[in-house]
Amino acid sequence: MKSVSLLLMLGLSAATVASSCGKKAPENTAPAVDTAAENQRMRDSIAAAQAEADRLAREEAERVRRQREADSLAALSRSAEEVRNMLASMIHFDLDKSNIRSDDMGALDQKVAILQANPDLRIRIGGHCDERGSDEYNLALGNRRAQAAKQYLVSHGIDASRIETQSWGEERPMVDGHDESAWSQNRRDEFEVISGGDNLRHP
Amino acid sequence: MTRRHVGMSARLIATIIGTLAVVPTCRLASQDTSAIDRGVRIGIVYRPGVRPGLVMLPRKGLDSLRAIIARDLDYSDRFEIITLPGGDSIRLASTPTSGGTTPRKGGRTPGTTSSSRAGGGGAQAAIGALNYPLYQALGADFALDIAALGDTTIATLHDIPRANVRREVRAVLPPTGDPDFRQAVHRMADRVVQAALGTAGIGATRVLFVKDGKVYQIDQDGADQKLVSSTNRQAMSPAWAADGQHFAYMEFQAGKGWLYLQDMATGKRIPVSTTGTALDFTPAFSPDQQTMVFSRATEEGTDLYSINVKSNCCLRRLTVGRFSDNLSPTFSPDGQRIAFVSTRPGLPQIYVMAADGTDQQLFAPFDYGVTGSSNAPEWSPDGLSVAFHRDVAGTLQVFVLDVRTRTVRQLTSVGRNEDPTWAPDSRHLAFVSDRSGYRQLWIIDLETGRIRPLLQISGARLPAWSPRLSEATSTTP
Repeated sequence: MKSVSLLLMLGLSAATVASSCGKKAPENTAPAVDTAAENQRMRDSIAAAQAEADRLAREEAERVRRQREADSLAALSRSAEEVRNMLASMIHFDLDKSNIRSDDMGALDQKVAILQANPDLRIRIGGHCDERGSDEYNLALGNRRAQAAKQYLVSHGIDASRIETQSWGEERPMVDGHDESAWSQNRRDEFEVISGGDNLRHP
Repeated sequence: MTRRHVGMSARLIATIIGTLAVVPTCRLASQDTSAIDRGVRIGIVYRPGVRPGLVMLPRKGLDSLRAIIARDLDYSDRFEIITLPGGDSIRLASTPTSGGTTPRKGGRTPGTTSSSRAGGGGAQAAIGALNYPLYQALGADFALDIAALGDTTIATLHDIPRANVRREVRAVLPPTGDPDFRQAVHRMADRVVQAALGTAGIGATRVLFVKDGKVYQIDQDGADQKLVSSTNRQAMSPAWAADGQHFAYMEFQAGKGWLYLQDMATGKRIPVSTTGTALDFTPAFSPDQQTMVFSRATEEGTDLYSINVKSNCCLRRLTVGRFSDNLSPTFSPDGQRIAFVSTRPGLPQIYVMAADGTDQQLFAPFDYGVTGSSNAPEWSPDGLSVAFHRDVAGTLQVFVLDVRTRTVRQLTSVGRNEDPTWAPDSRHLAFVSDRSGYRQLWIIDLETGRIRPLLQISGARLPAWSPRLSEATSTTP
């Protein structure tokens, strides 16, 4: 396209030159002036074409840059979602117990790392119980379970002021059911974000 | 409620020796041996002649009123209700057919074809004509005749062996459809029990309970269930004030447990001061209603605190658990002591302390490593017992601690039974049981062992039995 228009322009200029030559052939000074103007015009048109090409290249670069940015944002939010899920993963307890089980320590270590990587993040730990114990005693037991997780996080360097606790006793079962498989899922700590949970950084 | 704890230690030893000898044998009679639902009396040891026989005299009219009173007398478990052979076919010889009209409106009288104009009014006339020897032959000690004279309802209690009238209980009752009608009749029934036996009945009482996170009330005879929660937030642990006009409860709110005081009549509620800062739960009133003791769960665990609810001040910590939890307080009726749950032995067990938090000690004995968790204590209104539930073989059973001898006995054995609450007569307990297949409220009489369902809905729990309700409190909007 560009080269075609350039040739056309050159052709047109050549035709103009030829016709003027034809008209003003007897004058000797005229062709010299015409040649200078012609050269100037050619330089102008080449510069214009160059500018146009540069503009298009810049636009293309910008488009690529924007695409890259969008791609990396998507990757970031995917990562934030992953971190949120890691943070929300529950830990579980044995019957009438509030000590952290060894198989849950990995999950808690992960939460320590997330809290360290995201200094503005504040969370609430909710302690829950199964339906077998006494209704009111379970409020005290759920509190113990929430405190146990909080103490683990604090002992691993997280500021206590970033963690709130709450007990729900047996009032909010995860699973409705009256067997051990339901009970074991209901004896749990839940972790929720209070604030600072946007754009969580991967630890 | 007698308050005789001051200076009773002198007599205590003698009493203990006395009760030790007597209690084990006579208490056996009150165990829950029933294996069948619906309060059917099966396997109960009866001691014939212990409970006085009572006959309701038949009359035309006042059927709904008579039915309520008859049921209250029956549910008091203090009488052997005698059914007349042939039912209503026996007529009092001189019962007049004319007389005063009842103030009742029609339409709410179940199972009657008679007009609302009752053939009453002849209470006095009937007295002389009562065939005492006939009723004595039927085994009756009392006969109750209910009649209307103008706008006054008269319940005449006959003493059969003495062949005279023991007492006339008179009341101007609201019309049948009035919201206060049933409570007014219950109060009348309680006065009849008082007249017969010298101790009031429990007709005019209600039970608060929780279902689906909301607080409800229900009359002790299972009538008039009503929502009293005023929010949609999840509530727990309703507790009556001694005047029967207020109650307290806990409500989950913004990650905390809030305590509220609510007026029964108006439904107006106020948060207890200092609440809302932590998880506060299991409120309990002192008998003088000045103090509320409750459990507060913090980083240090759960401990008991007291607060002056009259002036909404003066928060005091009563227990320092450190590595144990202390919760579920209940006052002795003299206000001097508080029984509560403590996990200091490893599992929750029943402890007792002075009301100021001193002198904490084990209350209900247990075998270390054998006895299961014990929870939900409630001190009886007569001060003699503390009911609670205990884990037995993986399920919960209701137990009663004898305060003087510090011995416990198991009251229930069928299904899971929990959260007992005392009636004001200190002989009935309401509790949660799944003996019928789903959890609902039941009432047991400790003297006879008779058990009846309070209401037939699933999911009712955490019952709290009211004190005797006076006239003012039974008027609800």
